[in-house]
Amino acid sequence: MSQLIFERGTQGHRGVALPKLQVPAYTLKTKLRAEKPQLPSVSELEVVRHYTECSQRVKGVDHVFYPLGSCTMKYNPKVNEDAANLEGFTAIHPLAPEEDVQGCLEVVATLEKYLTQITGMDAFCFQPAAGAHGEFSGLMTIRNYLKRHHEDQRTVVFVPDSAHGTNPASAVMAGFTVRQIPSNAEGNVDVEALRAMADETTAALMLTNPNTLGLFEKDILEITKIIHDAGGLVYYDGANLNAIMGIARPGDMGFDVVHLNLHKTFSTPHGGGGPGSGPIGVKRHLIPYLPSPRIENGRIHEDCPESLGRMKMFYGNFGVMVRALTYVMILGKEGLRRTSQVAVLNARYLEHELSRNYDMAIDQPCMHEFVMTLKRQHHDLGVSAMDIAKGMIDRGIHPPTMYFPLIVEEALMVEPTETEPKAVLDEAVRVLSELLDLATSDPQALQACPTTTPVGRIDEVQAARHPILRWQKGNE
Amino acid sequence: MSVVKEGLLYSKSHEWVETLPDGTVKIGISDYAQDSLGDIVFVDMHPAGEEVEAEGALADVESVKAVSEIYSPVAGTIKETNEELIDAPEKLNEDCYGNWICVMENVGGLDDLLSPEAYSEYLTTLE
Repeated sequence: MSQLIFERGTQGHRGVALPKLQVPAYTLKTKLRAEKPQLPSVSELEVVRHYTECSQRVKGVDHVFYPLGSCTMKYNPKVNEDAANLEGFTAIHPLAPEEDVQGCLEVVATLEKYLTQITGMDAFCFQPAAGAHGEFSGLMTIRNYLKRHHEDQRTVVFVPDSAHGTNPASAVMAGFTVRQIPSNAEGNVDVEALRAMADETTAALMLTNPNTLGLFEKDILEITKIIHDAGGLVYYDGANLNAIMGIARPGDMGFDVVHLNLHKTFSTPHGGGGPGSGPIGVKRHLIPYLPSPRIENGRIHEDCPESLGRMKMFYGNFGVMVRALTYVMILGKEGLRRTSQVAVLNARYLEHELSRNYDMAIDQPCMHEFVMTLKRQHHDLGVSAMDIAKGMIDRGIHPPTMYFPLIVEEALMVEPTETEPKAVLDEAVRVLSELLDLATSDPQALQACPTTTPVGRIDEVQAARHPILRWQKGNE
Repeated sequence: MSVVKEGLLYSKSHEWVETLPDGTVKIGISDYAQDSLGDIVFVDMHPAGEEVEAEGALADVESVKAVSEIYSPVAGTIKETNEELIDAPEKLNEDCYGNWICVMENVGGLDDLLSPEAYSEYLTTLE
């Protein structure tokens, strides 16, 4: 490990040369701080070297193949940044009067128009700051709708056992009780089980389609009908929209509320590099119950009597919306469809090639992602999905999602996205096959990975049981 | 091969139940459960006094891989929880039959549980 910024520097070094004091020096009488802040004494060059070194340790999609399943770590075109850096977007203030920010309001309105067309919904709210916040806002919209229709007895939200962990968490945060729906042997929702569970207490069903196994729910029309017949609403988690843009629409499948992840599907920065954006779209009958204010016809409408209220300061992460709109406008209708087609093609190619050596969780052609299981190798050789993932790091590939979905043992969930060329996919196949050979010939070598990183295999159990969350001087 | 201890009853969701002389029961997780979960790093137990249905949630167990719910194999009222697990969740890995999660009273549904033989038989179908 190299030094932290707090461990660097020499007394007296500094990064700025302040001009000579032109007024009499003044010492504050009240002491707000008991001791000195212990800021590092470093020159500008030392700061630059430190953070450059940190940046080189990060592995992002700009460095390496990044097939993190369900996260859609696609490349973010740099032209998005050009658009977002236009002065008309950067030199505004969130409290500026409406008439001074008409261009920005037009960006929001135009993106809303395109997203309604892509999803088959009637309106979007851009307040949510990320996917889980979108889920929470969408469920609060549903709760608000039910409450105003005097349907308070509808307290149950159904979530499939293959769902993202955020789904049940969001439902509980929104005040609902979660009930899990089992998957059938093919990895889809067990329709008969759902039919038996839906009743007058049903508030909503949350679903991703394609689901987390990368399979399209073929019975989706039947599923949404069951919930609607029971008087509930259906929520679409847009995590996997990248598989179906321009081909199928959640609105046509019967979904009432959707959230999209602009930072996944629409190529805006993702993860720690965010911020994200998780706009929610609704069908017409739910528009009055969305968060407020609403933006319509170049006006910011604060007066929305049936709205659930504000979910975020101002109006969401605007810079992200500019990037997403740039992406949508450059690709256009045909380009978006082609995006999804290539995303699915890449995933199917990779799945097909890898299935020569690896066991797939479900024996069916995937959509935009697929799940492998290392159950057999774990049983026979004692190597785990974690070991394979760590080996990939040493060979220049970011690991896929591990141990998810929970219904698959020793799962590796792979989503290559449309932005990878065939040569990269072929190299990934070669690396993964090599790792499986290593698992057979020398499992200890695989279990020692990664060896090329600044920090080797981390003791995750120790880190979880006894986390040290704060650096302390003298305790390096 | 998972260890199945004699003298206990088991559920298909991999909890064990020990009937105590006063009619209360001790509940824990089986060897198969602790092995599948992997290294357990956190246990959050529902409080004493709470009434739980059969298959209702009894505790959340967090391992390095995931957070999982422990379901109650019987209906009843939680009488006592094993506070030792809060500071030493690894005890469930080290000795899953020696470390219990809770004691329940007013218990119902014992007849639906599996004998050690039946549970062992069930485990073979999962391999």
